[in-house]
Amino acid sequence: MTTAIDVSGLVKTFGRTRALDGLDLSVAEGEVHGFLGPNGAGKSTTIRVLLGLIRADAGQVSLLGGDPWRDSVALHRRLAYVPGDVTLWRGLTGGEVIDLLGRLRGNGDDRARRKSLLERFELDPTKKGQTYSKGNRQKVALVAAFCSDAELLILDEPTSGLDPLMEEVFRACVAEERDRGRTVLLSSHILSEVEALCDRVSIIRAGRTVETGTLAGLRHLTRTSVSAELAAPPAGLDALPGLHDVELRGTTLHCQVDTDHLDALLRALTDAGVRSLTSRPPTLEELFLRHYEPESSDSAEVGS
Amino acid sequence: MNLAGSLIGCGPLLRFALRRDRTMLACWIYGLLASVIGTAVSFRKLYPDAASREQLAASINDNGSLRALYGAVYDTGSIGALTAWRILGIGGLMLGLLCVLLVTRHTRAEEESGRLELLGAGAVGRGAPLAAGIGAALTASAVVGAITAAFLAGSGEQLNGSLAFGAALFGCGACFAGVAAVAAQLTETGRAANGIGGAVLGLAFLLRAAGDAAGNGGPGWLVWLSPLGWAERVRPYDENAWWLVALLLLAGAVQTGIGYWLAGRRDLGGGLLPQRPGPPAAGSTLRSALGLAWRLQRGSLIGWSVGFAIGGALLGGISKGVDQLVSSSANVEQIVQRMGGSSQVTNAYLATSMNLLAMVAAVYAVQSALRLRGEETSGRAEPVLASGVRRLAWAGGHLLHPLLGSAVLLLVGGLTAGLGAGVVFGDVPGWTGRLLVAGLVQLPAVWVFAAVTVALFGLLPQWTSAAWGVLGVLLFIAYLGPALNAGQWLLDLTPFTHIPKLPGAVFHAEPLLWLTLLSALLAGAGLAGLRRRDIG
Repeated sequence: MTTAIDVSGLVKTFGRTRALDGLDLSVAEGEVHGFLGPNGAGKSTTIRVLLGLIRADAGQVSLLGGDPWRDSVALHRRLAYVPGDVTLWRGLTGGEVIDLLGRLRGNGDDRARRKSLLERFELDPTKKGQTYSKGNRQKVALVAAFCSDAELLILDEPTSGLDPLMEEVFRACVAEERDRGRTVLLSSHILSEVEALCDRVSIIRAGRTVETGTLAGLRHLTRTSVSAELAAPPAGLDALPGLHDVELRGTTLHCQVDTDHLDALLRALTDAGVRSLTSRPPTLEELFLRHYEPESSDSAEVGS
Repeated sequence: MNLAGSLIGCGPLLRFALRRDRTMLACWIYGLLASVIGTAVSFRKLYPDAASREQLAASINDNGSLRALYGAVYDTGSIGALTAWRILGIGGLMLGLLCVLLVTRHTRAEEESGRLELLGAGAVGRGAPLAAGIGAALTASAVVGAITAAFLAGSGEQLNGSLAFGAALFGCGACFAGVAAVAAQLTETGRAANGIGGAVLGLAFLLRAAGDAAGNGGPGWLVWLSPLGWAERVRPYDENAWWLVALLLLAGAVQTGIGYWLAGRRDLGGGLLPQRPGPPAAGSTLRSALGLAWRLQRGSLIGWSVGFAIGGALLGGISKGVDQLVSSSANVEQIVQRMGGSSQVTNAYLATSMNLLAMVAAVYAVQSALRLRGEETSGRAEPVLASGVRRLAWAGGHLLHPLLGSAVLLLVGGLTAGLGAGVVFGDVPGWTGRLLVAGLVQLPAVWVFAAVTVALFGLLPQWTSAAWGVLGVLLFIAYLGPALNAGQWLLDLTPFTHIPKLPGAVFHAEPLLWLTLLSALLAGAGLAGLRRRDIG
């Protein structure tokens, strides 16, 4: 497996703020990689370092085998970027911006592809920059990116203004890109989108990577919610490791358990006699919430 | 919505506006008052007795180029009258500019950014932002006018004249706030609204200058077409023409009313001119950073060129009346030489005119160079710079405008001034050639300002807009310095001092080469900084 993006120990400070604090990120060639984190975690800063727009203070960064600061121009011809907040030029139409960005990158002029993308995203290319809504501005940048022959797509919260129908079109386009062998770094807040599209995810918080791996692998690290109706109050729950948010009313139990301690809990429950049992694997949302929370309140209020 | 309803929320908005702008307002007001007080103090030293004041008046009033710059001295009876003569033109212009900027900033620019939408959804009437912008402009004007009047009355000048002086300044502010109130409704961007306001200010200055420069039988009535001319003709301490103050206020009120009426007839965010769809695909010129910069800045260059064509034609066309020199004294020779470099009055007048055009071109140079920072902070530079465009290519594309666009402006101004002078003197090829050269030699001085902007942009990006401050201070020295007997070292600070005073003077290439070298060094330092620094 060759890596498209390889970042380790990345540090970037702005004045007194430490925006990136030893961040690691590894994206394999040909994968769709989800890049998750709360607002202000450093996702956009990382992307701007990858684009060579800002210079890292410390750490190693390799992008498509090159140094994004030193080789920025050569690398930019091989990638396409969609910013989180697209601003367009007032006097230029959407169609002009799409063509301009492609020409700056030195793309082949694939009119058929451009036409089909405009149709799929239902974008009118004759409108001027300021008359587009937020979602339509986003579509201009997306069409420009999907039109390109870039090996790597860097998408920074690209669907934040799209309606659900367009979100579907976007997902289909990303899937096509993956099938064509492109690499995609997708920073997002929309978990269903990440669940549907991404092979692997990295979760960052406060400028640091807190979790990285496949979704299945990450789930394994987290908690399962268990609700049980028992014959008698269970004994010795307090002694069980990895139990959280225990709510016991008479013979009804709701709790969360670290997935690797599920076995011990079930044994304790069968000892008390199980009338009914539901257990649910953690959703990505729970995974997310757990990592998004400040460390001090780690075990409180997890899950529903 | 009725009037009272549409003004709901105006009070808090005005307080917010004044709070947001407190630093900028303090700087402007300080600058304006410092020039009033500094002028009064230095006049008291320079012209302590009636004889010296008479001599000054004679030297100014006999010379068309000095009248064009400052207007005629109308009363030598008091220091107050001299101060009012000197300040009302330029002070009215600067205060007018402040008011245009303030009104636009709180109306169209807020609307363009979308922030007004956030406010408009609250308990804020449709007319409230405009009223708050006008309120901020009137507050600033009132402070300047009141302190001016209080200072002069307090230093022993006649009370009625001091009040008329302050009121005339206030009237200029009110009148141009009204201009901006209308402009803000017509355009969709703050920049375009400021452009209209600036163009009206420039035209008002030119009409006033042309009318004052015109000799006997010339088009002196042009003064009456300009609000700055009205302010000048208030003649504090002499005629105290309060009716002209009333005229200024009336003009401001009528325009504000029109602006308010227009605001009620359009959508939030929209201008009055309808949006047309554009081309669905990019044309063949839009394929590089240079093509993009040309596309973004060409409208502005065309607008400025039209302005220069009109200004040049006006300044050149009146050049025949200015040579009616009645008496010539050593003092006249000296002032004329410092201003124009030649005792031949027509040449001196035209050299001063080309110098004035160059000062305006410097404004264009700074504005078009600042576009780089605007592209960066708005986030529009980012996708371009992430598409395989070198930073220097991106910057270079935009910088062609301050570099070559200013040359275009100076050539256009020189051409129309030459045609104008040629027609009135009956030698079109000769004057056109001379004034084209006279325009072009100004270019290195204009470049210095663009280069300062680039240096700030590359090395101290947060301070890029300080380029306006540098421009303001140096223009101020270039404009007011010579007649305030400022030291030569002070005059030497402005690049304009070093430009050969063509037509008429001997041409020297060295100062032009030095200024070009200085510009190259400053711009080079800025571009080197840009390559190394973070974007955004």
